[in-house]
Amino acid sequence: MVTAVDMTPLDSAAIRAQFPILEREVHGNPLVYLDNAATTQKPQAVIDSLTSYYSTMNANIHRGLHTLAEEATAAYEGVRQQVAEFIGAASHREVVFTRNTTESLNLLAYTLGARLQPGDEIVLSAAEHHSNLVPWQLVAQRTGAVLRFIELNDDQQIDVETARRAITPNARIVSIVHISNVLGSITPVAEISQMARHVGATMIVDAAQSAPHIAVDVDELGVDFMAFSSHKMLGPTGVGVLWGRRELLADLDPFLGGGEMISVVTREESSWAALPHKFEAGTPNIADVIAFGAAIQFLNAVGMDAVAAHDADLTAYAVERMSRLEGLDIYGPADPSERSAVVAFNYRDIHSHDIATILDRSGIAVRAGHHCAQPLMRTLGVPATARASFYLYNERSEVDALIDGLLEAGERFGFDRGA
Amino acid sequence: MSRESQNPVDLDDLYRDVILDHYRSPRNRGLLAEATVSAEGFNPSCGDEIQLSVAILDGAVSGLGFGGAGCSISQSSASMMTEALEGRSLQDAREMSTHVQQMLTDDSFDLDAVNLGDLEALSGVAKFPVRIKCGLLAWKVLDQALANASGEQVEDDSDIPTRVTSG
Repeated sequence: MVTAVDMTPLDSAAIRAQFPILEREVHGNPLVYLDNAATTQKPQAVIDSLTSYYSTMNANIHRGLHTLAEEATAAYEGVRQQVAEFIGAASHREVVFTRNTTESLNLLAYTLGARLQPGDEIVLSAAEHHSNLVPWQLVAQRTGAVLRFIELNDDQQIDVETARRAITPNARIVSIVHISNVLGSITPVAEISQMARHVGATMIVDAAQSAPHIAVDVDELGVDFMAFSSHKMLGPTGVGVLWGRRELLADLDPFLGGGEMISVVTREESSWAALPHKFEAGTPNIADVIAFGAAIQFLNAVGMDAVAAHDADLTAYAVERMSRLEGLDIYGPADPSERSAVVAFNYRDIHSHDIATILDRSGIAVRAGHHCAQPLMRTLGVPATARASFYLYNERSEVDALIDGLLEAGERFGFDRGA
Repeated sequence: MSRESQNPVDLDDLYRDVILDHYRSPRNRGLLAEATVSAEGFNPSCGDEIQLSVAILDGAVSGLGFGGAGCSISQSSASMMTEALEGRSLQDAREMSTHVQQMLTDDSFDLDAVNLGDLEALSGVAKFPVRIKCGLLAWKVLDQALANASGEQVEDDSDIPTRVTSG
């Protein structure tokens, strides 16, 4: 296993040197990758980990009695322990590997949803990604449960007051995004967890955009379940995490049935394996989980506080520079210190797809569209937005490139560059 | 060797003046009160949407109007379409739709074999694969409307869902 080199907090040149993709050009320009909320790039240590696993250790885990199986099992289970420590979990048994955040949330919707009665309330927010909305819509259709939504306040944030209005004594499940993938706003999860506990509801947090960017601690957040993805935090695609309190996970029925997740199987029935294996049916994504361990090691070496500070600096710089462009609207909290490393925007009357196509010709990768949050787009009153999102390898000069690219887009659509 | 290194693609291929002009000053924007058939469609992947109303008189397109929201390519494609089709026979209109869709999807489409007028400005879209659906949207909606006017069913295109709204 390759370890991340020792580095002072955010020596950006040293960090960038470890991401081989940042050396490539796109349409003859250096890549400026500002689509980190969609997925992040991978450091050499993660890429090497994949190669190393397949070159030296590849075996199926848990049941094997030979050396390779033993090594692969130890490496795979070692990452479970790493994840537990990364999020402050009490035990590695509380960490379930899935394919992605979406699967983690579906697992919860399926298993928790089976217990709901007509009239029970599932509380979400106006800012949910489709992954934390559609599974609950399916549950509501199946059970007669009712969806309720925490609306955004005037500053386009989920705040304690707006949450209080939506969480009633009928709430059985509260499932809320921690950091919005569009607004960048940070939900006061700890306070909302208390409200959920007060009415006896199960509290779930979608940490897909928070676990990569700020230190998350499941105890401090006071949640019952948390979901996030490896690929948004330097790790490979195909690995998601579901964390849950041990007694709650133990109480849930399995989601998928098959090998690995059983204890005793007869023709008629089966008993379940101990946590967390009860929720990991079939051969898991062994190689990618092991490489996810290298990603966590990388983030730990940098330090999540340093990552958060770097993100905050870059976001503040981006918001400041973008705000000075005439005709540029930014969505989300007005104060940059209240947002994570996501800046969704529209510029002039140029559609975000045109913005993205024009920026791409300069090597700048941004996202455009509804960001898997169509209801939020309707709430904001826009059909789509462009979105720049940052991570630990981005630099101020890349924000400058974005500004230049936007001015060029304006020019192409007939606006004066100096304006 | 990538396709691009053989045939360098320039933004000017996509954003022709004619396209930007139709985006800025759309023709026939607004739906027709006297429409024979109306249809709509959208691109689920990006949210572009087009509503189209078509008035048909004596086997010919007597008027068109469109509404909707989206990028410059989707909206200018619709605007150019309404201008190009006015007064054409239904058969001509359907043939033109076929040609434009071929042009939008095939980088090597022979423009000399057809006469598409201003619509030829859309030929550059084929060099930008992710934008092809933007250009196609209005034409898929047209196909749906004209098929309905002829009493036919259009095959469901799940990538760009369209439906008749009245007619």
